[in-house]
Amino acid sequence: MTEKKIRVLIAKPGLDGHDRGAKVVARALRDDGMEVIYTGLRQTPEMIAEAALQEDVDVVGLSILSGAHNALVPQVIADLRTNGQTDVVLFLGGIIPEDDIKTLLDQGVYKIYGPGTDTREVCKDIREAVKSKA
Amino acid sequence: MTSALLDALRKGNRLALSRILSQVENGTEAGMAALEELFLETGNAHKIGITGPPGSGKSTLVNALARELRRREPNKKVAIIAVDPSSPFTGGALLGDRVRMLDLQDDTQIFIRSMASRGALGGLAEQTEALSQVFDAAGYDFVLIETVGAGQSEVDVVNLAHTTIVVDTPGTGDDIQSIKAGILEIADILVVNKADRPGVDQSVTHLKNMIEMGYARSINNGKHHLQDFRETSEHETASAHWVPPILKTVACEFKGIQELTEVILNHAAYLRESGQWHAKDQASIRANIRRQLIASLLKDFNQNVPADLVNSLVEEVQKRAISPNEAVRVLLTYNRNNSLESSE
Repeated sequence: MTEKKIRVLIAKPGLDGHDRGAKVVARALRDDGMEVIYTGLRQTPEMIAEAALQEDVDVVGLSILSGAHNALVPQVIADLRTNGQTDVVLFLGGIIPEDDIKTLLDQGVYKIYGPGTDTREVCKDIREAVKSKA
Repeated sequence: MTSALLDALRKGNRLALSRILSQVENGTEAGMAALEELFLETGNAHKIGITGPPGSGKSTLVNALARELRRREPNKKVAIIAVDPSSPFTGGALLGDRVRMLDLQDDTQIFIRSMASRGALGGLAEQTEALSQVFDAAGYDFVLIETVGAGQSEVDVVNLAHTTIVVDTPGTGDDIQSIKAGILEIADILVVNKADRPGVDQSVTHLKNMIEMGYARSINNGKHHLQDFRETSEHETASAHWVPPILKTVACEFKGIQELTEVILNHAAYLRESGQWHAKDQASIRANIRRQLIASLLKDFNQNVPADLVNSLVEEVQKRAISPNEAVRVLLTYNRNNSLESSE
């Protein structure tokens, strides 16, 4: 049997329409051998949690460029927990002010990536995080 | 652990269902054990395959169909298995079918599962049938199975689905010719999607001509039953006397969807009345057993016959000392003698 595939959900919550970053990351993870479920723009936290449940993903990646991260991210975490998915690794990409980063990490976000991040770093981090959960 | 998950699945717990789907998809021991148990509870779902070339609108059509099925049958549940290709180089996959299915996300009676093909070439993944059985056992009344973008030979879906829908688009011109040798033959229903585009009537005429020819042939084939595990083309038999209707849809605007749903339900009724539901079910069970039999025989063989013997025979053949056929005879004889000893 082959090694278990890592399944990742890439989603964009909220109302900004800039999905290039999400697509670049999705593509990079695919090229790293992961199975990436891409759900597209303008998702509510409930929709994201529901998709994560149906797809039984190991990882959820959120891309937020609207500035609404302090409202959206805790809600996604809460919805995932309500559904019983307490072991999902959650990472965040976008423009996140320094002051908010610590708060979000304390709330359970695994890593936060800003502009200019090397996608290889993202892949490596995800593999490590999933491995340590297993 | 597994029995707790199975109990939860039977009670309608969707996270348990999702976890079991993963176990089955990954072929784990727990997953295979769960599948064996769940199989006994299957046989109720109407499995509907949707196939066609990339970009013809399969996902959008599935989105519209699932919504319409739920509107018509509010007490029934709909599962969707959407297969997308895995990269042959990295093994990774980008599964993007959900992007077209956003209308379905607030309906808890619909469950969408994306699947990577993981190297399988027939348009489905190896475990797609197994996942459809899990959904069946979990009480999903309709299981919509969307294949990868398919061209000519990705016809595995026909062995799995009760109703196979082939989606095409107008303006493919001469491409219709190239499609017709393979994938059109498996259609129970033909859909020309994006029917608001120019060339739609031409496409329909083209398909109609093709169907009329094929219809004559499938009647001639009539009934023939194959009772062993040979490769069969059971769909030819099963489709006799059902002339595939051709429908025009614009899936993103929900045009033609009510008519299509009607035809799908009619097809299910036709299959049941004509006894072909039973025949299709039997054919797919036969194919399933055959597949597992081959896998087990091969596993047994690999356990009984040392790799050294295989390697030395390969060398003999390469030296042209013996033929490949002779090598196979030697291996089979060795295997037979060896397995008799070990089983006594």
